[in-house]
Amino acid sequence: MTKNWPLWEVFIRAKNGLSHRHAGSVHAADAKMALEAARDTYTRRMEGVSLWVVPSAAIVASDPGDAAELFEPAADKVYRHPTFYVIPEGVKNI
Amino acid sequence: MTKLVGVKENLLFDYACRLGDDSLILGQRLSEWCGHAPMLEVDLSLANVGLDLIGQATHFLALAGEAEGKGRDADALAFRRDVLDFRNCLLVEQPNGDFAQTIARQFLFSNWQELLFRELGTSTNLAIAAIAQKAVKEVAYHARLANEWMVRLGDGTAESHARLASGLDWMWRFSDELFEVDAAIEPLIASGVACDIRKLRPEWDGIVARVLRDATLDLPKPRRATVGGRSGHHSEHLGHLLTEMQFLQRAYPDAKW
Repeated sequence: MTKNWPLWEVFIRAKNGLSHRHAGSVHAADAKMALEAARDTYTRRMEGVSLWVVPSAAIVASDPGDAAELFEPAADKVYRHPTFYVIPEGVKNI
Repeated sequence: MTKLVGVKENLLFDYACRLGDDSLILGQRLSEWCGHAPMLEVDLSLANVGLDLIGQATHFLALAGEAEGKGRDADALAFRRDVLDFRNCLLVEQPNGDFAQTIARQFLFSNWQELLFRELGTSTNLAIAAIAQKAVKEVAYHARLANEWMVRLGDGTAESHARLASGLDWMWRFSDELFEVDAAIEPLIASGVACDIRKLRPEWDGIVARVLRDATLDLPKPRRATVGGRSGHHSEHLGHLLTEMQFLQRAYPDAKW
């Protein structure tokens, strides 16, 4: 038995319309307490309007050793960036 | 500030002190956990609750100072009164003990305070109503946090169950005082400034019974209620708490950062 409670990843939606973003992690014995720990740890300064917690063990991560084949091929595909469009005025989040 | 019709101001002063002192003393107690809680997350959650309570105390004591009309502000009332002048209930000054005892105290108090502030949200004193409407959201979370911990500890391991049962047993004798109404409050109830806390007892009893059932804990045996906080008769613990809380203002009066 480990001394620590399980780890949970915390995601916060800053405001309606935006997606949840990873904020950090908390230790908690179960999902409900993880949500409360996340609230107390990461939303003290009005950071968000919605919280998700996910067991860290449920996250499947890419292998850093595979970074070359996974990510480097995108380096010279500049045309994939939407930089050739004029962004309409007044659009805040794109 | 609105002047009250038909209410002697010293009664309002007394009532605002009771409300403010409850929050202030428990806020101070919880701050003692800062840096000592079993986990970082718990440390933060207790500090958050403590800060909420101290914020409430600031508002209530500022109101008390205005009602008194002698130029004392919230800081003067918090840091320049001696133990006999404090009007908090005995429950909030009880020592933290272990984490389970702290949770038992929070459980009894926050569920009571949530009902109280819900009712005070419609107080005829607009300042009290405004503070209560803001604070009831904070307190609803305190109650939720305490209730969850009650179940986790009570229905946890044999040790956590035993510790919580013993913490609850310690705190239980101070719960009757929460529902006490004395001559200083009766006129305020009549004028709609204070709420008649006695009427909230059945609802509170229901919440306590439900959480204790989920926590696999027995309702503590009835014991003779310990009262006196509202008239300044405190347990030995409050004086020690004040020596720490008031040290700076007593050693360096009017010290400023």
